Amino acid sequence: MSYRNDFLKEVEENVEEGEWVKMCMQCGVCAGSCPFGPHWEHSPQKIFMMIRAGERIQVLSSDSMWMCTSCYNCIVRCPRKLPITHIMHGLANYAHRLGLAPKGQPTRVFAKTFWDNLVKTGRVNELKLTLSHYFRDGFIQGIRNALAMKDIGLGMMKARRINPMELFGGHGLQDLEGFHAIVAKAREIEDRKKGLKNG
Amino acid sequence: MMSEMKTAAYLCSGCGLGDKLDMASLSKVAQKAGKMAIVREHPFLCSEEGVKLIHDEIEKESVTHAVIAACSRRSKTEAFSFPETALSRVNLREGVIWVVAEGHEEIRQEMAEDYVRMGCAEVKKMKLPRGNPESGKEKNILVVGGGLSGLTSALEAAETGYKVVLVEKETRLGGWASKIWKRVPFSSPYNDPQNTGILELISKVSAHKNIEIHVNSAILETSGAPGKFVVRIGKAEGTETEVKIGAIIQATGFSSYDISKLPELGGGLPHVVDQAGLEQLAIKAEGKPIAREDGKPIRSVAFVQCAGQRDESHLPYCSGHCCATSIKQAMYFKDAHPEVDTVIIYTDLRTPGMGEDFYRSAQEKGVIFTKGKVSSVENAGEGCRLKFRDLILDEESTIEADLVVLATGQVPNSGVNIELPEERNQVSVLNLSYRQGKDMPQLKYGFMDSHFICFPYETRRTGIYAAGPVRRPMDMLQATEDATGAALKAIQAVENASLGRAAHPRSGDLSFPTVRLEGCTQCKRCTVECPFGAIDEDEKRFPLFNESRCRRCGTCMGACPVRVISFENYSIDTVGSQIKAVDMPDEFSEKPRILILACENDAYPALDMAGMKNRCYSAFARIIPVRCLGSVNTIWITDALNSGYDGVMMMGCKHGDNYQCHFVKGSELANYRMGKMDDTLKQLGLETERVTTVEVAITDHEKVAAFINDYAETIRIIGMSPMKGFG
Ligand code: SF4
Ligand code: SF4
Ligand code: SF4
Repeated sequence: MSYRNDFLKEVEENVEEGEWVKMCMQCGVCAGSCPFGPHWEHSPQKIFMMIRAGERIQVLSSDSMWMCTSCYNCIVRCPRKLPITHIMHGLANYAHRLGLAPKGQPTRVFAKTFWDNLVKTGRVNELKLTLSHYFRDGFIQGIRNALAMKDIGLGMMKARRINPMELFGGHGLQDLEGFHAIVAKAREIEDRKKGLKNG
Repeated sequence: MMSEMKTAAYLCSGCGLGDKLDMASLSKVAQKAGKMAIVREHPFLCSEEGVKLIHDEIEKESVTHAVIAACSRRSKTEAFSFPETALSRVNLREGVIWVVAEGHEEIRQEMAEDYVRMGCAEVKKMKLPRGNPESGKEKNILVVGGGLSGLTSALEAAETGYKVVLVEKETRLGGWASKIWKRVPFSSPYNDPQNTGILELISKVSAHKNIEIHVNSAILETSGAPGKFVVRIGKAEGTETEVKIGAIIQATGFSSYDISKLPELGGGLPHVVDQAGLEQLAIKAEGKPIAREDGKPIRSVAFVQCAGQRDESHLPYCSGHCCATSIKQAMYFKDAHPEVDTVIIYTDLRTPGMGEDFYRSAQEKGVIFTKGKVSSVENAGEGCRLKFRDLILDEESTIEADLVVLATGQVPNSGVNIELPEERNQVSVLNLSYRQGKDMPQLKYGFMDSHFICFPYETRRTGIYAAGPVRRPMDMLQATEDATGAALKAIQAVENASLGRAAHPRSGDLSFPTVRLEGCTQCKRCTVECPFGAIDEDEKRFPLFNESRCRRCGTCMGACPVRVISFENYSIDTVGSQIKAVDMPDEFSEKPRILILACENDAYPALDMAGMKNRCYSAFARIIPVRCLGSVNTIWITDALNSGYDGVMMMGCKHGDNYQCHFVKGSELANYRMGKMDDTLKQLGLETERVTTVEVAITDHEKVAAFINDYAETIRIIGMSPMKGFG
């Protein structure tokens, strides 16, 4: 531990809204406001203090920022007006890019599944998304999950909210190349903003 | 002595008094029982016409003593101002018709009649106060201490047109303010440290035609009183000057708590300094990156807040300025070289006022703040290793730093603690020739006793004011305000003194205590109990009153067992005669009489307010305002009990550490004296409940009524006094 500026500076340079971390006054209002308080390793207050204490690995491998549901309770209440929710997501993103994010952390797995699903065709294929989520823990568990949810699934099919034909390819964007170019550009802009060569 | 006494009573029937009270019989009471030579009734006494009636009669009939039976003595003070007439105000409005519940017409009338009797009895015992004949006319102001506070006081007083004598013990003016690089900002924007401005202040003071400066000097002796102090100033070289002074401001500031008393925090190690030590390094660096004493550039620095502060084994209090000071000092590093790591370790960061903006600015500059409790600081490598518990992360942590700065506290430079005999030989600041001791009484931790909430600069030595950190811990902005306030108080004191009038809180009062020495037994109680050290001792060991030092509280009068101390308009007799004037119903009447002696500073206004808010209380109460509970002489209470009162209640201010007594010790002394009352009660064969004391604040209008009603109930239960008819 150092209580030096190194890691704080790294966060400022690489994390969305990271330059706000130093402004936290450790009042603990966010920690007290977060509905996830009891369920995660570190409250936003602690995460911000850990950053300042230079606890780099502990911060980046924490599961906390993956647990944030974007309820915005903390942002609304923070007396120092820190964009806490955004910082939490920025930290998650940065940890992920560095490969330090906790492996197998469920919200992280789901986020990745969602992203991969989306990027493939430019549209979210709900059926495939659901199934890959059900089967993430192996085939047997997948069948169990599917059976447990079957009434809802059938109901949705009857109401034509899910099309079983989507399982075979499914529809996508017409200009998929254009969409991929947009995503690439967005990443480039974001990296430039953060002063990175590549993500 | 007044030649011929001519009395008159004026009764008002306005404000509903005429509807609720039988005015004709009140007039008769004033005439017969009160023996007033003239009695007039008027429907609107405070009107121009009513006031003119009184004025004219004072002129034509040479009225010397007048009773006004109308509203409280606290209302219509301008209309009813007759400076050449002894005056008693009978409170029929706030004190009777507004507080007696409907349906009690008979006892209400009795209450009003008693008050008229009391007013008439009082006024006949009064004399018109003529002002202190021993008053001094000196108006020069002495300022002791040439730091920021002292310089500010001196300049403020000088600019107002008063001559100032400024005494500083060091060879140069400026004090701490000249030993720091920059100060915390006084004005917006609250982002960066600002120049101290001390050189400009010093040159203004040095060039001022009204200010005479003595550096390298100390006070050898202070004698006299406001308006006529004689002060001997001694130079280190041995020369001596004597000056005549009207009032004194003590702005002797503070010393830094000695860091060698903090070995666990590294006090004494080469790379551990206090805040003053860091200022030295910053002054040397002149805005460039700061280097250590040994010349090594500082790349990392840790600040430890509350070093030996809020700590029972060192200083138990918070010095108030040190959080902002450390923030400022961390900025010295960041502003010169942003790469320097600066961390401030605090348990509670206290940045009152605009300090919050300053704190935020330091965060923006990258100063790291962490809540933690430091356990040790040791030498390590080229610098120090600091171990602490991070109170947010809840874990043991260490920090390595080139330099550690300890935020130690302010220790007041107050001189001798006159209440501790072992301190008698310490170096005194004022060297007062007062019987009570060489310096001013202290409140706590060595800070001057001053009425914290209401009258901050007032000390317990009249005409001597404390300003700056010698009064309470404070920062530079607060010291500037304090110094200005004290200068104004000093000016008020010399003006009042030159007119023979009292200083605060009875500012303008012309009465003063006189003592009939023939009766004095030399018991010394007055000398000891006077909260303001006004009474010395003469060669024959008799009390020697210094009227100009007196605040007119009457504590001496309350203390005197042989009752030889009095004021022209407030004496054992003015109150005693009122107590006796009450018409005492017999034991079987079921009409008890409760005497209430109410402090006129807080309790009496609260009682008036109870009236304004229509909070009813028992019509058996008979209230007499007193200057201070300290002025209550036990003779009043024994007289009251002997003449058949069923209960005596004293209403005064809070005493103790957080006292609210306007005269500091009055309510405490009263409480102490009343503690001895139980024996007297037993001797008289009376229940101890027959005398009681309650504490009220000026805002307690609800409580005062409840206190009286509860007490009336207690009296009902224990029954009527058996003493009736003997007095
Ligand atoms: S937005 Fe995220 S971090 Fe903030 S309170 Fe909601 S869940 Fe907690
Ligand atoms: S509410 Fe804001 S200032 Fe308070 S601890 Fe959370 S982030 Fe820090
Ligand atoms: S006790 Fe009060 S009234 Fe008496 S001398 Fe002292 S200050 Fe004056």
